[in-house]
Amino acid sequence: MNFEYIAQQLINGLILGSLYALVAVGFSMIYGIIRLINFAHGEIIMIGAFTTLGLLSTLGLPFWLVIPAVILVCAGTGIIIEKAAFRPMRGAPQVTGFIASLGVSIMLQNLGILLLTAQPRNFSIPAYAQKTVKIGSVTCQLIDIVIIITAPLFMVMLMVIVNKTRLGRGMRATAENLDVARLMGVNVNRTIALTFAFGAGLAGFAGLMWGGKFGQIDPLMGFVPGLKSFIAAVIGGVGSIPGAILGSYLLGMAEIWFVGFLPPVYSSYRDAFVFGLLIIVLLILPNGLLGKNIEERA
Amino acid sequence: MHWKNPYIVIVCITLIVSALLWGAERAVNDYILTIMQFVGINIILATSLNLTNGFTGLFSVGHPAFMAIGGYTTALLTFPAIKAPLFLPELPSWLLGIEMSFLPALVIGGLVAAATAFIIGVPILRLKGHYLAVGTIAFLVIVNVLLTNMSSITRGPLGLNGLSPFTNIWWIFLWVVVVCYVSWRIKFSSYGRAMISMRENEMAAECCGINLAHMRIMALAIGAFFAGVGGGLWAHLITALTPNTFSLIMAFNLVVMVVVGGSGSITGSVVGAIIFTTTIEIFRPIEEGFELYGVAEVLLALLLIVILIFRPKGLFGTKEPFSIPQTPKIRNIEVS
Repeated sequence: MNFEYIAQQLINGLILGSLYALVAVGFSMIYGIIRLINFAHGEIIMIGAFTTLGLLSTLGLPFWLVIPAVILVCAGTGIIIEKAAFRPMRGAPQVTGFIASLGVSIMLQNLGILLLTAQPRNFSIPAYAQKTVKIGSVTCQLIDIVIIITAPLFMVMLMVIVNKTRLGRGMRATAENLDVARLMGVNVNRTIALTFAFGAGLAGFAGLMWGGKFGQIDPLMGFVPGLKSFIAAVIGGVGSIPGAILGSYLLGMAEIWFVGFLPPVYSSYRDAFVFGLLIIVLLILPNGLLGKNIEERA
Repeated sequence: MHWKNPYIVIVCITLIVSALLWGAERAVNDYILTIMQFVGINIILATSLNLTNGFTGLFSVGHPAFMAIGGYTTALLTFPAIKAPLFLPELPSWLLGIEMSFLPALVIGGLVAAATAFIIGVPILRLKGHYLAVGTIAFLVIVNVLLTNMSSITRGPLGLNGLSPFTNIWWIFLWVVVVCYVSWRIKFSSYGRAMISMRENEMAAECCGINLAHMRIMALAIGAFFAGVGGGLWAHLITALTPNTFSLIMAFNLVVMVVVGGSGSITGSVVGAIIFTTTIEIFRPIEEGFELYGVAEVLLALLLIVILIFRPKGLFGTKEPFSIPQTPKIRNIEVS
């Protein structure tokens, strides 16, 4: 185990962490604003990836145009999901929303299978994004660097929106207390819909990057990354955006190191490790690393 | 004779269904008989999930994990001792020699599942609301990973196959009756009322002297026992077990049955399981004929969402529509 190997693992951890972060932020915002664990959020990754594939290969749009298009499509999907499924049951017990989100998730997966078949497809991004770059003694693809750089950029943009703009103030007010926010003149429905849109847009971008990084996509691809991003959000403290980012990078690193630095016998226990971590965090630190104590969880 | 006496109703239903099954076994072809067996197994699973989720309001999604534990245990216990060394060479030798008959194996499978529920219940049941759901999903994933990787016992992703086809409609029906009877006895006893009061208001229940931790664990463990039995029946019906079967999709399906029927209602779970299974089976030929895989799942998910929006309590709410009077004779009230 030499220096290059360790550096390589660090970079892999960063990439995975960045991808988780893009998804986890959405989980965290949605949870923060209406206390909904939105399992359908992971499927947005799949929708993002397939939209990218459609636009790139079928329509032949240039790559720089595809990125905003994918984000817009996914943001639209997020708004539709919110309007169709979650708005009618706002105010119902938390578990109801949770079951409904599982339902939406299963529905999207199976719509994917129905319309696109379960066959995995090759995902090809333009050749220049796959070019290998050497930094010191570590080689990685251009897309890896793009992921590592763009993810934090998006995070910063999101934090600026949440903390500095009028819309963001509305979001924070709604998260604090929905009814009072409405009394203060916040358009609660619009704010919640936009929260879904932001979260879904970022998840869609994550889907684009996921496809570009791993090269194969299928209708069930979004589920496990979605679950793990949720775990990352829980580790960081659900409801807190910086927490979700921190949790994602920690989880990404931990997962890569678990596979990279332990004997290979253990690497197939990767998922068990991640989910075991979830249970432990929920029990020991129910509010996560940076979360506020909003309610009783354990 | 009082016609609203639940036991008479249960006995009558049992007799009628037995007669129908006796007729069906002779009149109906194998395909429909198999579907009926799946309906029965799903009734067992949904009713036992209802014991946990419906009565106590704990939201567990880990039911397939208990099924898997019960199923694998039953399968290993009934595995022919002659074939075992060839098939599972790395199995511990004390397990190799065991070959049980079906019933004790099922019961042991259920007990192992219940014991697991006790062990994981102590930490996991401290979680509340949807965090408990997330915790049980984590448990389900962990069980899945373990089944895939402990290949000396489970043969990993290959799974156990060639199990003896012990399960028939009568075994399933027997357990349907048992699980319904046990649920019924629990629901209309002081024990079940304690569970239901917990669902309605935990703090008030605790103030009435109900031991919440004990109740939660018992609800999970009783549900897990029947899930384990259901898993054993399942294993010997399709004669093969793979880790992938016990996925979150299956958990979701069971939740749909309970929610559609009305969580808290035994009748609801039974009806939910029947509706669900028949829908899936009606759509199967359509899916295969037109290559429209996934239609049934999409429609069921849609049904679930529509029910959650327009009738969040499900078809039957928490009630049992026939039989029992709404103010049952409460026997345990003479405590002083």
